[in-house]
Amino acid sequence: MPAFLELDAISKRFGGVRALDGVDLAVEVGEIHCLAGENGCGKSTLIKIISGVQPPEPGGHIAIGGEALHGLTPAESIRRGIQVIYQDLSLFTNLTVAENIAAGLHRGLHLVSWRAIRRTAEAAVARIGVDLDLDAFVADLPIAQRQLVAICRALAADAKLVIMDEPTASLTRREVDHLLALTLELKKRGIAVMFVSHRLDEVLEIADRVTVLRNGEKVGTFDAAEMTSERLGELMTGRVFDYSAREPQRALGDTVLEVRNLSRYGDYKDISLAVRKGEILGITGRLGSGRTELALSLFGMNPPDEGEIRIRGEALGRHTTREAIGNGIAYVSEDRLSLGLVMPQSIGDNITLSVLDRLADRYGLIPESRREQTVRGWIADLGIKVSDPANAVRTLSGGNQQRVVLAKWLATKPSLLILDSPTVGVDIGAKDGIYAIVRKLAAEGLAVIMISDEIPEVFYHSDRVLIMREGRLTGELVPRDSSEAALRQAVDA
Amino acid sequence: MSGTSLPGRRAGPLGLLRVSPTNRGLLLLLALLVALFGVLVGAPLFTAGSLRSMALQVPQLGLLSLAMMVALLSGGLDLSIIAVADFSAIVSGWLLTTWAPSHGAFAFVPQIGCLCVGLLVATAIGLLNGMVIAYLDVSPILTTLGTMTMIKGLSIGLTHGGVISGFPPLVLFLGNASVAGIPVALIVLLLTALPVAVMLNRSPFGNLVAMIGSNEPAVRYSGVDTRRVLVRIYMLSGFLAGLAGVIMMARFNSANAAYGESFLLVTVLAAVLGGVDPMGGFGKVSGLLIALAILQLISTAFNLLGFSEFLTLTIWGATLVAVAGVTLLRRQLVFLLGLRSNARPPASRRSP
Amino acid sequence: MLRAFRRTHEFRLLIVTLLLVVGLSLASPRFLTLQNALDLLTSYSFSGMMAAGLLVVLISGGIDISFTAIASVAQYVAMVLAIRWHGEWLMLMALALGIGTLLGIVNGTLISLLGISSIIVSIAMLNVYFGLLMFLSHGNQLYNLPDWFLNAFSWVVYTDKDQNPYVLNGQIIGLFVCFLLSWLLLGRTSTGRQIFALGGNGEAAARMGFNPFRLRLIVYGYMGFVAGLGSLAQGQLAQSIAPNVLVGRELDVLAAVVLGGASLNGGQGSVLGMILGVALLAIMQNGLILLGVSSYWIEFFDGAVILLAVSTISWERRRQRAATRRVIAGAAS
Repeated sequence: MPAFLELDAISKRFGGVRALDGVDLAVEVGEIHCLAGENGCGKSTLIKIISGVQPPEPGGHIAIGGEALHGLTPAESIRRGIQVIYQDLSLFTNLTVAENIAAGLHRGLHLVSWRAIRRTAEAAVARIGVDLDLDAFVADLPIAQRQLVAICRALAADAKLVIMDEPTASLTRREVDHLLALTLELKKRGIAVMFVSHRLDEVLEIADRVTVLRNGEKVGTFDAAEMTSERLGELMTGRVFDYSAREPQRALGDTVLEVRNLSRYGDYKDISLAVRKGEILGITGRLGSGRTELALSLFGMNPPDEGEIRIRGEALGRHTTREAIGNGIAYVSEDRLSLGLVMPQSIGDNITLSVLDRLADRYGLIPESRREQTVRGWIADLGIKVSDPANAVRTLSGGNQQRVVLAKWLATKPSLLILDSPTVGVDIGAKDGIYAIVRKLAAEGLAVIMISDEIPEVFYHSDRVLIMREGRLTGELVPRDSSEAALRQAVDA
Repeated sequence: MSGTSLPGRRAGPLGLLRVSPTNRGLLLLLALLVALFGVLVGAPLFTAGSLRSMALQVPQLGLLSLAMMVALLSGGLDLSIIAVADFSAIVSGWLLTTWAPSHGAFAFVPQIGCLCVGLLVATAIGLLNGMVIAYLDVSPILTTLGTMTMIKGLSIGLTHGGVISGFPPLVLFLGNASVAGIPVALIVLLLTALPVAVMLNRSPFGNLVAMIGSNEPAVRYSGVDTRRVLVRIYMLSGFLAGLAGVIMMARFNSANAAYGESFLLVTVLAAVLGGVDPMGGFGKVSGLLIALAILQLISTAFNLLGFSEFLTLTIWGATLVAVAGVTLLRRQLVFLLGLRSNARPPASRRSP
Repeated sequence: MLRAFRRTHEFRLLIVTLLLVVGLSLASPRFLTLQNALDLLTSYSFSGMMAAGLLVVLISGGIDISFTAIASVAQYVAMVLAIRWHGEWLMLMALALGIGTLLGIVNGTLISLLGISSIIVSIAMLNVYFGLLMFLSHGNQLYNLPDWFLNAFSWVVYTDKDQNPYVLNGQIIGLFVCFLLSWLLLGRTSTGRQIFALGGNGEAAARMGFNPFRLRLIVYGYMGFVAGLGSLAQGQLAQSIAPNVLVGRELDVLAAVVLGGASLNGGQGSVLGMILGVALLAIMQNGLILLGVSSYWIEFFDGAVILLAVSTISWERRRQRAATRRVIAGAAS
């Protein structure tokens, strides 16, 4: 039986950039195939080509169901059974679940049959046995449920290959299990699934084969059973990582942050913790565990309902973010693209964003020289690769962008730095640079809280790790005295 | 212009002194138009009287355009500026004609006081706009539409559509006199534009306005009280509109509820032509001023050529579309030609 | 349940409108009469028809304030040509609808092709259409309008005991036709649902194969179509066609549609809400007049009500969003 999807010598250029170079790929009928690679390796471009949104360079061939296709359009690709579920899910939040699932019926010019929509939605939902309120508006649904809607929509469109882009990024453990089970259901029905994911462990659990891309080229296709996530990581980056080397224990100073019995209804309950100067405290747990909400409360965005926060010994009442910064608390948001940086504006403007008042002279104006100095100083200090600080920050790579964010916060001279998923969207190669900066900051006496759901990240770079689940602290672990597996177990238990 | 594929707002280390690419283009356009109209219209365009008349017409439009620019920078729009200008002129005008003494050695004190009351009123309306936009989260288009209707309604209700006129010499001086050949009104414009420019470029507040215009949530998450900044921005645009009102009443020696209504388009045009990004975050006062010069030149030339004012209006509209369209086409072009190695595709625009 | 939550807006609007009706009928005996109702429908027919078109535009995620200029051009040019070519209603309508649709499509093309924000395009095109019209017509009213136009449609539907005729005229019919058309388009055709999708998530709509370019042409073309129709209704009502009468009322129509629940961000709105929004503003203005408020103050109240209403709507939405967040947080934890 021919493979369902066959790609041959696929290349793609954008202006002067070569996004893909001679990639071959085959997805069998009913196969679960994983596409792995760092940011910028060409995954998204490949998906766009498969779904007909972009044409490949001449010389590349696409065959679906054994039939060679030329000039593949999105409509044609959909017709042939290829459905892409993007990370943003591409749902219409202003419409109901039923209408979203049956949205394909709206194609063309005809009268709407609401009954047909209902029937289609019910059929799709029944096929995989999920529980969805067809009349609910998608805007009112949590992310896990929205994902189910997206999958149902793919089914309703008679998909033979469902491509999922980073599907587990925003799910709790339970939801991930559910999703993976669902994927097996799809496989049983002869529907192929392609996962694009950097959550290597999860994907290896369920995938049949893995294709690794690096810098637009295919490194190879491997049997998942013979793969480990470490080996995958090496293949994706081309480098071998040695996590085992641990730096010696830093000297810890006084307690900088103390939290007692902090609660916020609906987000977290009864949290108590302490962080000392020079300490890196990791907080991990799945989504929904309340970690980000806790961080936001410390930062002054989500006032807690009960409990106490003490910074350097002084109690902090209901405070604004400005007051938080004044007290030395800095928060690096997990959403760098929309909340961490102002993308269209210059690197320099982003760096000085939180300290504009401090830079002003007695006339209330910021001297250009002082601004320059500050900006160049931070660029040098953090090793940000920049040709001109006047360039828009969106021209930088993910890793460099994150350094700009760090510069912004370090400029506020914090005593507590809260990092929320600090290396999301940063290439594996560049992550190291970020970790080095964080370790250096801790060595210089900064108290750091690192929130992350990447177990290795949290395990290898924290002095202590707190585990949260569903708003509560369920455990504490000291990495030096424990193992990565133990941490993983504590989180997944 | 905007920072997607070209450098950000700052035009290099010298800031104000270096001429940005946008301004360079505008100055070139201005030179070309001077040459073009010099040929088409000839000498009448460049007489002292003609130049003076141009210089007299620019200030009211200029101040209104500044008001609009400031709102546009923050990512919004202020549709109420003309209604505010008219209303504050009516308030000052009424006070001047019914309360303030028109003669006397120190008459200028209460007279200036009346003008200040008008400015205060304008700023207060700006405050209302800002509060509704920032704290109630209503879109700027809808908010300023509401205030525009309400304030115009207030003006009509109070004046029954009539005109208030007969202002003291001090006021007329502002509108029509010249100092060393330069009209006072123009001096007022320049004396206002300069601090506004400096404030936008150099002050923390000014920086924040542009950043908020590009991405308000990110600025909020950086520890800034964006709501306070927004309120102040609309207060500023209200104040500038009020100042425009003063100049208008000074020039025409009268205040009315409906003056200058056709200006709304031109203020947006001047801003966009001058390099202000209609989506917010980018724009320079210097560009705005050059754009104003260009528009005034075209307007006067058309007048001298006998064009109907309505034809001029049509051309303004077409120009706005052309300028806005060219900006976007240029960005697409830059990306497609791969002129920048790490260029990203232009962000898909959501309308409005 | 959560669904009921959403329907709240039209429901609230209905309540407020009913309260207003009750209040006014108590305050003035002339209010709750059939004649007043018919008069109201007639005088607001233009605004209502424009609102029916604008609703579709807003739902698609765009905005248009040039429709009054389009209407002005459509009625003027159609009448000039109809007179010159000795046509009657059929030709007049065909011309007006055609011109309106064409101008609307021009708007749609500029917005889609050049990607300029729709508010800027409509501010610009308002002036282009209006400016050209005023220039070419020299601002002159059309004189010697043909009798078939001036006499037009009216059917006596009911005569009461005092021999007073109650007339159903072309304006009211046109109004309901537009309501019906919008309702059919939005709720019964695939195109209408694609428009909702486009307004809700433009990128997703494109990925689904709903052609945004085609949709925008349809949306703005429809607005132009409705503007053409409304322009004739208005001209016949006023018994005159002048180039500068219609321009200036666009923002009232926008306010009415937004009041009815349409969001400037797109993806939301309903015909029922739009009708209630128009009704509310119309009844309020009518009430003020009946109560003897000087016409000089009407615009002020208009603006104040708009401001109050949009503030309230925004407040509501914020509360709703916060509540939903709590539900989601609750479900996830």
